[in-house]
Amino acid sequence: MAENTTREKPARKGALLEVENLRVEFPTRRGTLTAVDDISFHIDEGEVLGVVGESGAGKSMTGTAIIGLLEPPGRIAGGEIRLDGRRIDNLPYEKLRRIRGREIGMVFQDPLTSLNPLYTVGHQLIETIQTHTDMSESQARRRAIDLLAEVGIPAPERRIDQYPHQFSGGMRQRVVIALALCVNPRLVIADEPTTALDVSIQAQIIKLLKKLCSEHGAAVMLITHDMGVIAETADRVAVMYSGRIAEVGPVREVIRNAKHPYTHGLMGSIPMVGHDLDRLTQIEGSMPRLTEIPTGCPFNPRCPKVFERCRHERPELIAVEDTRVACWLYEEGEQRRTGSHG
Amino acid sequence: MAIAPEEIQVSPGLFGRVIDGGRRFFDGDIFYAFKKSPLTIAAFVVTVLMFAIALSAHWLAPFDTMNLSSLNLMDARLPPIGWQFNDGGMMVDPDPRFLLGTDEQGRDLLSAMMFGLQISLEVGFASVILAAVFGTLLGLVSGYAGGRVDSFIMRVADVQLTFPAILIALLIDGATRTMMDPDTHQAFKLPILILAIAASQWVNFARTVRGSTLVEKNKEYVQAARVIGIRPSLIMIRHVLPNVLGPVLVIATLSLAIAILTEATLSFLGVGVPATEPSLGTLIRLGQNVLFSGMWWLTIYPSLVLVILVLAVNLLGDWLRDALNPRLR
Amino acid sequence: MFAFIVQRLFQAVLVMLVVGLISFALFRFTGDPVNNMLGQEATIEQRQALREKLGLNDPVPMQFFKFLVNASQGEFGLSYRVGKPVEELIATALPATLELVFVSALMALLIGVPMGVYTGLKRHAPLSRMFLTVSLVGVSLPTFVIGILMILVFGVWLGWLPTFGRQGLVDLGFWETGLLTLKGWSFLIMPAFTLALFQLTLIMRLVRAEMLEVLRTDYIKFAKARGLRNRAINYGHALKNTLVPVITIMGLQVGSLLAFSIITETVFAWPGMGRLFLDSIRFVDIPIMSCYLMLMAFFFVIINLSVDLLYYAVDPRLRAETLGGAAH
Repeated sequence: MAENTTREKPARKGALLEVENLRVEFPTRRGTLTAVDDISFHIDEGEVLGVVGESGAGKSMTGTAIIGLLEPPGRIAGGEIRLDGRRIDNLPYEKLRRIRGREIGMVFQDPLTSLNPLYTVGHQLIETIQTHTDMSESQARRRAIDLLAEVGIPAPERRIDQYPHQFSGGMRQRVVIALALCVNPRLVIADEPTTALDVSIQAQIIKLLKKLCSEHGAAVMLITHDMGVIAETADRVAVMYSGRIAEVGPVREVIRNAKHPYTHGLMGSIPMVGHDLDRLTQIEGSMPRLTEIPTGCPFNPRCPKVFERCRHERPELIAVEDTRVACWLYEEGEQRRTGSHG
Repeated sequence: MAIAPEEIQVSPGLFGRVIDGGRRFFDGDIFYAFKKSPLTIAAFVVTVLMFAIALSAHWLAPFDTMNLSSLNLMDARLPPIGWQFNDGGMMVDPDPRFLLGTDEQGRDLLSAMMFGLQISLEVGFASVILAAVFGTLLGLVSGYAGGRVDSFIMRVADVQLTFPAILIALLIDGATRTMMDPDTHQAFKLPILILAIAASQWVNFARTVRGSTLVEKNKEYVQAARVIGIRPSLIMIRHVLPNVLGPVLVIATLSLAIAILTEATLSFLGVGVPATEPSLGTLIRLGQNVLFSGMWWLTIYPSLVLVILVLAVNLLGDWLRDALNPRLR
Repeated sequence: MFAFIVQRLFQAVLVMLVVGLISFALFRFTGDPVNNMLGQEATIEQRQALREKLGLNDPVPMQFFKFLVNASQGEFGLSYRVGKPVEELIATALPATLELVFVSALMALLIGVPMGVYTGLKRHAPLSRMFLTVSLVGVSLPTFVIGILMILVFGVWLGWLPTFGRQGLVDLGFWETGLLTLKGWSFLIMPAFTLALFQLTLIMRLVRAEMLEVLRTDYIKFAKARGLRNRAINYGHALKNTLVPVITIMGLQVGSLLAFSIITETVFAWPGMGRLFLDSIRFVDIPIMSCYLMLMAFFFVIINLSVDLLYYAVDPRLRAETLGGAAH
């Protein structure tokens, strides 16, 4: 609700992408659903930000909102998105189109359906390169071959003329990554890039994505529900719950010392070597649907540390040590620490 | 992570399902979409009205046009109310008894159209029901049995689908004519026509039901049923039938429009309903014969009724399809 | 590729054989052909002579074989009603029907596809809504009603166009065409449009539905995310994927045009195959019926074959399958 458009902060030093008080709404006949509710975060140049949460938490919606591809009737209802301090959420279609692919690349979940089956991978690469640069056909083709080699596709000179169905799932996701990176965007939004892949190659693809992005100097917004992937890949992590950010901070800090009870629960659900957990814990209940988000803190019905205030007032993000957390346990000054599980 | 309650497969009893279905209907998207679309409401009203007229034609029609002895040649070639007709240099005024005018034998067009509508709807409904029952059965068998039975039924369906309905109906009509003498053929004309139209329509039903059956067949509860010794065919039918009810209804509605059109077309071509029981298509054919002498009403009014009827049924079918398919909204 | 064509050809021959069998059965076993040709009053000697001449005394498989050989050479015997060789009747009627169907198909395609693309892309534009409403009326209007209305308006009331028959023909020796003279076109245009209207609306609705389906896919979303221009997305990526299913349906629709030409020809007294067939049904003229049946089956087989080949040209996935699977 707090739509602070007046708070015109100068661009953060080094911040590539800033999202401020973003709200995404879906008008339906039973009322308006708020899929993303007043979230703010930033991504620095060259940084990997992990966005983690259950399905329906609004992660993907945030990603698609940034690149301006929300499916109608979904729409950005408030807030700002800035790239290099320049607002991009209210750009006319054509200007935004030039940013897509050129400055912000995107990798979707399913490589099987991301590529047009009727065109060769070369055609799709060359077409993207030529859309954003002045390269000639042969220059673009050379670059496409280089890119395919870079993403680890063997015999790229031959495979460039093949159709998507002639590639395996993992290989196709490599092609998709090549497509996202082909004109050196400064930010890559990777929306669950490995969920649809075979478990055995998930790690490879994530590694490749991270390596290539750092080589190309691109920051990454890595959307996933897998805390393990985040732990290995991200510099910082934002934990989302019911369309809001529950906690955001450096990965080490969030993992070692989770502050929000929800994050704590998430951590409890991944096995870790060296931790003397007797058993994996789980969070009771499930995330509320968008139609029935409770008042106050959306996590309150499932929270083990709930108290009266959580049921009525919505917590804002508060700085606690290096992280920021939306929880009434951490009101200014009074930093009650969550006891770690034994 | 805990399993969300809605992920657990619950199969409520039939009674519960009906109650639930009823509540969902009036509370749900379908009824909502209906209320939101004035065109659909209009189509619904028109369809119901047409059905009502057809059903009560015997009481509503001002004249019994089926009874040829009641015709009076003195009443022939009268224009509809509000029009004048130049009959070979002589201006003819309308007669208030005949609202929409008369034909060359003095038959009241309005009454003839009411009976025609009745016959058109009769043939349409009968053939769609026939096609739906057979198509659904064959689809169930095809999907459940699989293997050779399945590929045989589907092959036949494929081949038949390449032949347009009109052609199949014509061929069946032609074949029966060669096999029967003219009198027998005349006597069996209506059932043959219904059969011919139904034969051209069963494929759509069979395909849909087969697809749905295949989906259900691979679900775990069917496997589970087999394990605990219940006949899977029985449990499947109980699950498949409710699932295909929606699509079958959509196909049936759209098929009704096509069936009415096919009947009208065949009757127009002179191979449809027997001449003693003129349907809308027959009326149009008879009207076309005298179109050049200026008696336009004999063609225009039956055509108008036919088009409005088919349009209304089509609109209902279209709307039903969209309402039942949430992806298209 | 080769194996694919051989397989399809084999299927085509099989279909033709089955239809041939049906035609033969129709001819041989329904009613007595001798009675049909000579009438009840013929003498026994006359009957015997005809039986011999028609080969009706041969064993049935032999008769079927002869029937097939004759049919493949275009010989279908004498029409019961007219007494002329069937192939002669067909030869005069066939050009009329094929020209009608060809012009209609062209009309339906050239108008229907752009309209479908437009309504698919601009879903909420007022023009799209109008097209859709009109198309619904088009689907609900029976062909014969359209024809009658056109005759009434352009023929009877306005007097602009001739209402029946086919004139203005130029004899090319093997083919009498009406496409070379203005007069020929004036006779063709109304029947052709009448026949095209239903297909046109069907094609438009189909292209629109496919277009909407394709525009929802992930690869279109990804193409947008890559910042491709709208033109490239709509006409390069979306339209090409739309065409794959559209091609099949269009193939079927040519068959449908052939069938519906029966109605159009009746309304406009167009001297084509459809009318010939309809008359043959009314008068139980079996040789013409069986010939028409085989000819239609032949056309359908040819159309299906070309659709398959076209499919094959558009969709690389099919090509790969027949080449022996994907490379890894």
